[in-house]
Amino acid sequence: MIAALATPLAQAGPVIPNFGRGDECIRNNGRFCMHWFLDNFGNRYVPRIIEHVEMTLIAISIGFVIAFGAALIAFRHERFELPFANLSALFYTIPSIAFFQIMVPITGIGWLSIEIALVSYTLLILFRNTLTGLREVPTEAKEAAEGMGLTRRQTLLRVELPLAAPAIIAGLRVATVTTISLATIAAFITPLGLGAPIFSAIQTGANTEFVSASILAIALALVADALIVASQWITTPWARARRSK
Amino acid sequence: MWHASNAGARGRGALSGMSSSSSSSAAEIVFDHVTKRYANAPKPAIDDLSLTLPAGDICVLIGPSGGGKTTAMKMVNRLISITEGDITIDGTSVNALDVTELRRGIGYVIQQIGLFPHLTIEANVATVPRLLGWDKERTRARGRELLELVGLDPDEYGKRYPAQLSGGQRQRVGLARAMAADPPLMLMDEPFGAIDPITRERLQNDFLRLHEEIRKTVVFVTHDIDEAIKMGHRIAILREGGRLAQFGTPEEILSNPADDFVAQFVGADRGLKRLALRRLDEIELLPLPKNGDKRLECPADTTVADALSAMLTAGATDLVVRGKDGELTGHLTFDVVSRLLAAEEDEVRA
Repeated sequence: MIAALATPLAQAGPVIPNFGRGDECIRNNGRFCMHWFLDNFGNRYVPRIIEHVEMTLIAISIGFVIAFGAALIAFRHERFELPFANLSALFYTIPSIAFFQIMVPITGIGWLSIEIALVSYTLLILFRNTLTGLREVPTEAKEAAEGMGLTRRQTLLRVELPLAAPAIIAGLRVATVTTISLATIAAFITPLGLGAPIFSAIQTGANTEFVSASILAIALALVADALIVASQWITTPWARARRSK
Repeated sequence: MWHASNAGARGRGALSGMSSSSSSSAAEIVFDHVTKRYANAPKPAIDDLSLTLPAGDICVLIGPSGGGKTTAMKMVNRLISITEGDITIDGTSVNALDVTELRRGIGYVIQQIGLFPHLTIEANVATVPRLLGWDKERTRARGRELLELVGLDPDEYGKRYPAQLSGGQRQRVGLARAMAADPPLMLMDEPFGAIDPITRERLQNDFLRLHEEIRKTVVFVTHDIDEAIKMGHRIAILREGGRLAQFGTPEEILSNPADDFVAQFVGADRGLKRLALRRLDEIELLPLPKNGDKRLECPADTTVADALSAMLTAGATDLVVRGKDGELTGHLTFDVVSRLLAAEEDEVRA
């Protein structure tokens, strides 16, 4: 279905499938040829993985700064919550493939269009989770902080944000995995990241190329998720502290 | 005075090595015609409250809900603003100080404890010293001293998180945290309210012993009259609308309630409650009976209430009291108890 959609619109340059060389598996266009994958991993996929990571890191960083700032404002002034929440939800409803395409006439083909779309998709979850995390800080901890003479700023930095950290990190996990997945579609407008071999393989029908890129995208998402979980484990030891007898 | 002996008689256990505690000055707190009005309420929450809480005493604020006891307490550290009148700490108006400075100089303990779940016990106790910019070594040493003071081994508990402690242990940490910067005044808002009765009794006793040592001024809010009588050097009873019904020592309030409201509030058993304030070695007993019949015996540091209860339980009409040195010191009968209560009542009236 995607192939049918993609073919007439594809802007990507022609990719010449490497059927000429290789073993029998690749000549017969087998489902997945490990030899071909290992031979081509370094020069074909490593640059794509790096692009993919870059796309994701930029989108998550910018998205986090925007959503975090918006959540802090909404936490202090409730009247801002609805506009922020609605706007980020609106972005989230735009079909991804359409979003990338819509950006092309406005910001052209390339990184800027891709990042605008990717950032927009991160806002809803990052905003929601940050705000919820801040709101769920136990009132008694806040009352104790105020009663002991912490200023509002000190309460935010020393009590509220650390206690909201697990919720914020949970939001980052979802946003990161989603962005890695969505970033493959960015290749629809510009051949960047692991989406590029996927789109080209859809056109050429090269099974191994298609499967390799897809598996790498999945693996990338799993690794990123594991890294975030590990960082949470290290930074919030209190969150798993339970009374042990 | 009753209070020291009461704690001594019944307190046990956890707060041993207390001698290391530093005892600081205590502050006198004066409520001077304090009124609190909320914008949308027709009646004031606190109505012209005037009280002088002597330095070094535990002063209990008690009353029915709507009496404004917590409101009155929270005006001391300006968690609630004063509409009219003034509160002074050692002569200085609370409004004359920077609000964060004021609060850092007042220990604050709340019912829900409010420990920071993301900080270790050590770090929780170090909260105010850190705000005050103490150096690391001093903060650490003070933290260890305080944990010992409240009966928690700093080596065992210092690195744990609040979630790893029981409710009673957490409230001890809350106490240690409130005392960290050695404030001359502590505010305690139903500090033992959410704790099971057995642990509560132990915490009460331990706190009384601790207070003997540190002698800070304590404003203690509770809704439990028994706790008020046990903990307070002075009790202020507030009635609905935030008006002061009576202010006095537990004995004064029990033996001479100002009006029907107070009499009802302290309960029909106020006579018995008074007996719990006195020990056998503090009252006048009859000489030992001449005949050597075997009688019920009671140690001299028992409260009169407990002695009476022992007599009733055993079906006896009298008992003999044995002093610390093992000698029999006197003879207690129902008559002695009745005369004791009547005499005190006259004393207060006169």
